[in-house]
Amino acid sequence: MPSAPCFLLFASPRMSLTAVDLTIIVLYFCLVLGLGAYLRRFTNTGDEFFMAGREMTAWIAGLSFISANLGSLEMMGYAAATYQYGILVAHAYWIGAIPAILFLALVMMPFYYICKTHSVPGYLKLRYGEGARSLSAISFAVMTILMSGINMYSMAIIMKVILGWDIHFSIWVSSLTVALYVMAGGLLSAIFNEVLQFFLIWIGCLVIPVVGLIETGGWAGMIHRIQTNFPGQDFIHMWRTTSSFTGNPMGVHWTGIVFGWGLAISFGYWTTDFLVVQRVMAAKNLRSAKLGTVIGAFFKMIVPVIVILPGLLALAVLPFHLVPESQAGLPNVHTYNEALPLMLARYCGPGLLGLGVTALVAGFMSGMAGNVTAFTTVWTYDIYKPFIRKAATDAHYVSVGRWCSLIGVFISIGTAYLVMNFSSIIVYAQVIFVFFIVPMFGTVILGMLWKRTTPAAGFWGLLAGILTSFGLWAWIKIDPGALQYVAFSSHAKDMAENVYRAMWSLLVNVVVTFAVSLVTRPKPEHELKGLVYGLTEVPAEGDFPFFRRPITWAIVVAVGFIALNIIFW
Amino acid sequence: MEQRSISVWFFIGLLLTIYGLLILATGVHELLVPPITQVAMAHLHIGIWWGAGMLIFGLVYLIRFRPKRNVTN
Repeated sequence: MPSAPCFLLFASPRMSLTAVDLTIIVLYFCLVLGLGAYLRRFTNTGDEFFMAGREMTAWIAGLSFISANLGSLEMMGYAAATYQYGILVAHAYWIGAIPAILFLALVMMPFYYICKTHSVPGYLKLRYGEGARSLSAISFAVMTILMSGINMYSMAIIMKVILGWDIHFSIWVSSLTVALYVMAGGLLSAIFNEVLQFFLIWIGCLVIPVVGLIETGGWAGMIHRIQTNFPGQDFIHMWRTTSSFTGNPMGVHWTGIVFGWGLAISFGYWTTDFLVVQRVMAAKNLRSAKLGTVIGAFFKMIVPVIVILPGLLALAVLPFHLVPESQAGLPNVHTYNEALPLMLARYCGPGLLGLGVTALVAGFMSGMAGNVTAFTTVWTYDIYKPFIRKAATDAHYVSVGRWCSLIGVFISIGTAYLVMNFSSIIVYAQVIFVFFIVPMFGTVILGMLWKRTTPAAGFWGLLAGILTSFGLWAWIKIDPGALQYVAFSSHAKDMAENVYRAMWSLLVNVVVTFAVSLVTRPKPEHELKGLVYGLTEVPAEGDFPFFRRPITWAIVVAVGFIALNIIFW
Repeated sequence: MEQRSISVWFFIGLLLTIYGLLILATGVHELLVPPITQVAMAHLHIGIWWGAGMLIFGLVYLIRFRPKRNVTN
């Protein structure tokens, strides 16, 4: 067990990197740039640059799918949120992800894959027409750029806290590296780097839970320390405290978790956010696309080990209490967002610190490359091609894509400073996300499953959902008392408010889409083949043994998901 | 698409092998010459274990996915 004076060594979180740490970081940058340069020669056509040639295996598509989601925002934000709200945050990884990812794999992926579209807005064009496509493409482009800025801010904090590096230096060096390898190899380069980053993130961050649990004497020891440090607060139950709004640190009721988080936010993100869906759409066949998605679900289920557990360990072992971002700048205080970097600095000596910093930089890069490649594809195929230059050569669109990667990075650098005014990074991400992505789920799923949904309904339903989300957010900003109507409780915290706003947004989207469909003319059935359930012939997966079928592994993941919820009830 | 000759898993093996060597060597050096300021739980010498694990993992990937003709992904 550690002696007490060890803690004092970390009164200041800033640490100096040794030559070994710097070598590890520089090697990583060299490899990602080298990989981009190597893959440049394999991305000459539009399909190769924007869809990685549609030849990824299930493992590569699956690891890339989950890595694009595992940005530094994800890692730092959820570790910070865990420090703030406790293990409740793990709902984001379990009920807030697993059902939706499995639904994407088994139900929605065939439609995305069969219609051979380049993007989710591209599917909306085929299903509903230009109106819904334009609205979703523009809103998605805005969202990805803003999210990219959040990722940059996260990474700059890491560098500031751990190393004392200048924020601008960190942002520019990492961003331009991403721009260079995405410009060179497009989605192919992004996917390959994401697989590499996946390994680095896990190996670099796993040190914290392993050493942390040894320090606390295991899970029971950690719980005991948390209860000693924060008496009277329940940070360690996922469902038991959610029968009332005031029984848990987040101020959320189980209905919000199930319908807001588990349905609206989760299905919105995992089934219609093109950033992640693009990775599995690049698989070499439908079986690989489905299996890759299930592989992604498995790894998503165990991500809490490197994100939630460090947050809990911070509650248990840090000798001081972290404070909200609004109190940043006060002397001798550290904010929630510094939870993960502080834990890294606590346990990692020379070499391992370089690896940990590389893991966080890799997280930043994978998240940013995900945003940049998705933005590039949507801009080129769903905005530039239909509205600016309809008939050009394939080589021209590839060239536009390459330049768009660079321009996208520059615009997102400009948005990085917007995040300073919000109390927690992840809350800001959810604000944007609920505006744009949640309503899209209702539009896509009704279009896939109900042939009566009309083009007009697709557009107006999506618009109504976006306006509802924005309107509710503005209402609470103007009149904080509105919180009790939107989130059913005046005790709701930021994250709980987002959860309920997502629920309302999806509800309005579905009701408007349904109502408008009843009074407008649907598309003829022959135009819906390959796009709608009941009118689409899904190709057979082939004669594979049961252990190579996506459905088998989907059941395994589903059983694991149920077991985890019971264990941590 | 032109056929790729180097698998992405090879690159992963290469990086982990180099990292494993560096971290293992640093861990051994710290064991022999303890630094003045130490991290929490320094007595575990986690760098040695972590570096050795990465080295083995990296070597397996490096050998298993070494460049051959007509390999994709």
